Amino acid sequence: MTDNGSHSASELLAVMSSRVLEDGQTVFAGVGIPLLAATLAQRIHAPGLTILFEGGVLGPFIVPGELPPSTNEQRCTRQANMVLSNTDVLLLLQRGYVDIGFMGGAQIDRYGNLNSSFIGDADDPKIRLPGTGGGNDIASLTRMIVSMIHEKRRFVENVDFVTSTGYWHGGGTRNDSGLTTGGPYRVITDLAILGFDGETKRMKVEALHAGVAPEQVQDATGFELMFDDEIGRTEPPTAEELAVLREMDPDRVYIA
Amino acid sequence: MTKTYADLRRETEARDRSLREKVMSLEEAAALVDDGDHVALGGCTLSRTPMAMVWALIRARKKELVVSRSITSTEGDLFYGSGASRHVLTSWFSQGIVWGVSKVMRHYTETGQATFEEWSHMAIGVRYRAGAMGVPFIPVRSMMGSDLTGRIDGPKEMDCPFTGEKLLLVPALNPDVALIHVQRCDPYGNAQMDGLPFMDADIAMAANRVILTTERIVSNSQIRRAPDRTKIPFITVDAVVEAPYGCAPHECYGVYEPFLPNLDAYAALTGGDAEAGVKEYLERYVYQPKDWVAYLDLLGMDNVIDAARRGRSVYND
Repeated sequence: MTDNGSHSASELLAVMSSRVLEDGQTVFAGVGIPLLAATLAQRIHAPGLTILFEGGVLGPFIVPGELPPSTNEQRCTRQANMVLSNTDVLLLLQRGYVDIGFMGGAQIDRYGNLNSSFIGDADDPKIRLPGTGGGNDIASLTRMIVSMIHEKRRFVENVDFVTSTGYWHGGGTRNDSGLTTGGPYRVITDLAILGFDGETKRMKVEALHAGVAPEQVQDATGFELMFDDEIGRTEPPTAEELAVLREMDPDRVYIA
Repeated sequence: MTKTYADLRRETEARDRSLREKVMSLEEAAALVDDGDHVALGGCTLSRTPMAMVWALIRARKKELVVSRSITSTEGDLFYGSGASRHVLTSWFSQGIVWGVSKVMRHYTETGQATFEEWSHMAIGVRYRAGAMGVPFIPVRSMMGSDLTGRIDGPKEMDCPFTGEKLLLVPALNPDVALIHVQRCDPYGNAQMDGLPFMDADIAMAANRVILTTERIVSNSQIRRAPDRTKIPFITVDAVVEAPYGCAPHECYGVYEPFLPNLDAYAALTGGDAEAGVKEYLERYVYQPKDWVAYLDLLGMDNVIDAARRGRSVYND
């Protein structure tokens, strides 16, 4: 994990994720890094960003220091425009009202397929993970941003189980599977910002965080990455960004 | 598992749907649930969990229930640990993100003692909705390409007869019994919910029997003064049980937030030997208390007050 002393890896993920969001967008966010990223974006550059919670909330503002333990509690409804059933908020994805969905996962492969169900063989798993929740729906129905710590055991050649379909087997296969919209958009890690090749749909490095060498990213990845011809550099988190995160999460539940 | 329309209609016709008082005790309501029933739970994760009724079913030593819920938290652990159910159909199953992956869920599923049937969250919601609509399936555009569809019995791909697009048909869920906790309802079962509605209205419409637990029972004239607030109609309801703090240690919108110290203690108790931990919890908190109030007493007055103070704070602004 990267920590140069001034910020944690989780803070870096939250800051980098927030910068990808644009004012006016509607964003599906879970608790943890996604919610912090969306809230940070609202405070810094995207005051008109609308957050959707899987629990059935449209457009809340989170009270600093009162981060919800999941997206299904009353703390998620503060200053919201609307509460609605989980089914209906998820159907907004299917209807096409959501610009970006945030995802995490235990494993990701080169095509952005995500596993949050089983480590090992699904019939005799080493670890039974909590499962998809709305993750599969987000991955199926909108553009998704995946934010993860960059480790070889997470960036794997083959995920043990495809919980959420990315570009499936690459190329046009996602479309062939019946998923005709959305798909992985960015993968944001503590080392780099990655995207996907337009043709092959393989994961490629677009920008590196401060102090990170390209080899470092490849070494932390269990499959061969593509690299953009001109790899960018991200700006480190600013004091203002970090201050907002620490105000939101004073007990450092998510940003430790 | 998908019922024919004739069966669905026959079951509904056989029920007493008249305007009648249905107030009873937790124990009496538990008797409406048969071993082997498919029991659907309202609420989601830590919210409006029908905990008092789950507690009563476990005390009544129910067996082989199939339990479904949008997202499952500690109540799923209790079903597994007690053996009341070894089959949970849900989209996400763990105590809550801040406590990590549930050791109890892991233990029972990894040792093959229990099944966690995983569907996407939207698919579960749409399945209840199909059940509520009286149709056998609804097409969705998610879950395709994933490995989820290969592990569950039910979803079928088809080409749309209108557009030719590939769709996934998910079958209706018509639970035998729905357990739903609300802030208030009248003695007939007209229920009003505050805050997040979750899938409860669809579950009530889909189920063959509905057991409501409620923070308080209000008069029918109060319901009639604000009928726009009624989300579950009495014609779908078979039992009304007044159960104050009926979600504890989970939350009930505007009344109490989660009992966080109790949930931390539960996570610690089950964090080592999960099976021994959950069995100890069941013994102390489910089997031994003489009634629901004695259970609340075990949670502690300070925790009750703290959860209620935080819960009611939504009305302070």
